[in-house]
Amino acid sequence: MKIIKIKDLIYEYAKYDEEGNIAEMNRAIDDVNLDVKQGDFIAILGHNGSGKSTLAKHLNAILIPAEGIVWVGGKDTKDESNIWDIRQTAGMVFQNPDNQIIGSIVEEDVGFGPENIGVETDDIWKRVDMALRAVNMTAYRNHSPNKLSGGQKQRVAIAGVVAMKPQCIILDEPTAMLDPLGRKEVIQTVKELNEKEKVTIILITHYMEEVIFADHVIVMDGGKVVMQGKPREIFSQVEKLKEYRLDVPQVTELAHELKKEGVFLPDGILTIEEFVNAMAEFL
Amino acid sequence: MIRDITIGQYYPTNSVIHRLDPRVKLAGTMIFLISLFLVKGFTGYIITTIFLGAVIKISHVPLKFMLKGLKAIFLLLIFSVTFNLFLTSGEVLIQVWIFKITKEGVYIAGFMAIRLIYLIIGTSIMTLTTTPNELTDGLEKALKPLNKIRVPVHEISMMMSIALRFIPILLEETDKIMKAQMARGADFENGNILQRAKNMIPILVPLFISAFRRANDLAMAMEARCYRGGEGRTKMKPLKYKKRDRIAYFILGIYVIGVLGMNMVIGNFL
Amino acid sequence: MTIRLENVNYVYGEGTAYEIHALKNINLKIENGEFIGLIGHTGSGKSTLIQHLNGLVKATSGTIYYDDENIYREGYSLKELRGKVGLVFQYPEHQLFETDVFTDVCFGPKNLFMPKEEIEERAKEALTAVGLGEEFYKKSPFELSGGQKRRVAIAGVLAMNPKVLILDEPTAGLDPKGRDEILGEIDRLHKEKKMTIILVSHSMEDVAQYVKRIIVMNKGCVNFDGTPQQVFKQYKELEKIGLAAPQVTYIMQALSERGFSVNRDVTTIEEAKDSILKYLKNKKERGE
Repeated sequence: MKIIKIKDLIYEYAKYDEEGNIAEMNRAIDDVNLDVKQGDFIAILGHNGSGKSTLAKHLNAILIPAEGIVWVGGKDTKDESNIWDIRQTAGMVFQNPDNQIIGSIVEEDVGFGPENIGVETDDIWKRVDMALRAVNMTAYRNHSPNKLSGGQKQRVAIAGVVAMKPQCIILDEPTAMLDPLGRKEVIQTVKELNEKEKVTIILITHYMEEVIFADHVIVMDGGKVVMQGKPREIFSQVEKLKEYRLDVPQVTELAHELKKEGVFLPDGILTIEEFVNAMAEFL
Repeated sequence: MIRDITIGQYYPTNSVIHRLDPRVKLAGTMIFLISLFLVKGFTGYIITTIFLGAVIKISHVPLKFMLKGLKAIFLLLIFSVTFNLFLTSGEVLIQVWIFKITKEGVYIAGFMAIRLIYLIIGTSIMTLTTTPNELTDGLEKALKPLNKIRVPVHEISMMMSIALRFIPILLEETDKIMKAQMARGADFENGNILQRAKNMIPILVPLFISAFRRANDLAMAMEARCYRGGEGRTKMKPLKYKKRDRIAYFILGIYVIGVLGMNMVIGNFL
Repeated sequence: MTIRLENVNYVYGEGTAYEIHALKNINLKIENGEFIGLIGHTGSGKSTLIQHLNGLVKATSGTIYYDDENIYREGYSLKELRGKVGLVFQYPEHQLFETDVFTDVCFGPKNLFMPKEEIEERAKEALTAVGLGEEFYKKSPFELSGGQKRRVAIAGVLAMNPKVLILDEPTAGLDPKGRDEILGEIDRLHKEKKMTIILVSHSMEDVAQYVKRIIVMNKGCVNFDGTPQQVFKQYKELEKIGLAAPQVTYIMQALSERGFSVNRDVTTIEEAKDSILKYLKNKKERGE
């Protein structure tokens, strides 16, 4: 089943001059088509300004297409009466952990979403317990978010979305402001949600090592989808990725460099293990 | 210095005071504040002090933590005490040049100091033992009747709780911006008032921009989590009076009677 | 220029429930022209440490010497020190406030009370150093891209003409290309202007590629201090304190465990490539 379907999506925004007239139209998304299967782990890559965040905002009806159609859980985002259903189906986690936590106590924040959609009190508590367990933050339920680390805050934000029982979670650069430990925590949490709870994940990032286990990778540039495929297919094209202002994990890059020197190695090596195994024949 | 302000900070322990219904705590704080201004004579403050002391003890919040909140009003305190001490006319106790300290002055200054200190401690107990969310929930529920005359009670309480959550974040941010501008040679300590005010621009502009950016992000995050105002919203922690709340109201009643009774006794003496 | 720290301690919230011993007996010497990477996980004390170096935070005990002068002595101008030790905070673009790029960059030198011509001269030089041409001078900082804003903010500190430049995670939130550009510019400042650089970073790959010396902080102490090779060799110890070596170090470790006679203490892709190619060449020459 297709949880998300995007057809010929175009999004433009106006830039105004000093008199308030429209000076130029900027096309942030240019004719994007995309299908996301239920339960998939999709990664969207692209440099800053490539349109990936704008695309994400369309999946949660924060932005409405200028042209084309976006369906979330079979519902058209353009239709205003669908908006709350869509936001419940597709939850969203943003970049800055501080600016998306509303509650002053972890558990109250996680309960915010269920409160908004009118869940009964007993059920809210059940959902909060479940969500905190899913992100491994139960021990911190009575803490103030201000005292948590970046990775922990981001996990609270994810719990806040999980408590709404969405079928799909969109994460818009959730690790950009975190240190390596925090990044690992968040990615691990997201991976578990995908594997155990079968939640569809759309992860937007520019850290390559976070996407090597995705089912499908999409690369955006200039508002267009310029590459898509399995991680291995994408990462085998090191030069092309560099053109799009992206890079690859060091192991992929090393293999690529060696290949250029004439060492015969397979394309798209993603892990150290693969690299060592491929090298074994030169032992 | 910025970290010293304790108002608006929550101190998590699991005391009875913490578990009381916020409406009880709101009412209690109001009654306590009013009582501060009703009490006549130092003897009247005995009851107030016992009451305050008991509440602090039961709340399990370290006294040191509450006293830190006083730092913020330290100047105001000194100012009002001195003002009253020297400018109240009456029976002169000590006179140095044109400065006279009168008996009445000592009295009033003493009252003033006690009132101010108790006022701050009294309010900080409420904020230290009540999460901002509970507090605003309490306010929202207590003020609900005003909804009928079109006061947007839910919106106001939501605004308050968000403001309370972001105060520590913005304070930290101010600290950081200040340091960053100081690293670029900015000087916030010297110069006359006009210059000093002008020197604040490099702090205020980035602070406002950041506040707007945060507000924008937060609004988007709230909408993404299906927030659409108070209508149809349920509560994770609905307010319901329990036995302990009724007991607390009863104790408050006794306190009021005690204060008023003491006043009458003292009134007969004075 | 040298900076010397002697038994520096810093405690905040002394005597309260929140007391934190952020720096414990730090002894360090930073020589002229060094390129240092300062690493440690969040809360390890590295941010507190760099704020000591330009006198923004005063040590609870201990002394800091700048060119053998005690910066805590009576009458020492901290303002002058801040001109010599430039500090670029994390997300520095959040401190921009002027209506145009050029005026904002002038803010620092203006605070040092220099003649107008010199201020403008310095601002131009600083903007050139970060790769922003004249077409940006009159633009509002707020209409620039994230990477450009960050460059303006860095220029704002460079315009003070510091001898030492400290950057707290200058690449946070940038995309790979933006990251490479900023790091390239910092590297140029080090090579061409002989500036002493202290780079605080979470990215071991970036640190390994640029710096000559790594200082590792943990729980307020300096745990390691040495060349990237010396420090990353101890990757097992680093992992215990929440850090790691660059991926390429692990690759070479794995190869060598598999029986390849390659250099294990490699920290950059370039080094790894050379070592592997050398191994393959040797093998070929031996005719195996």
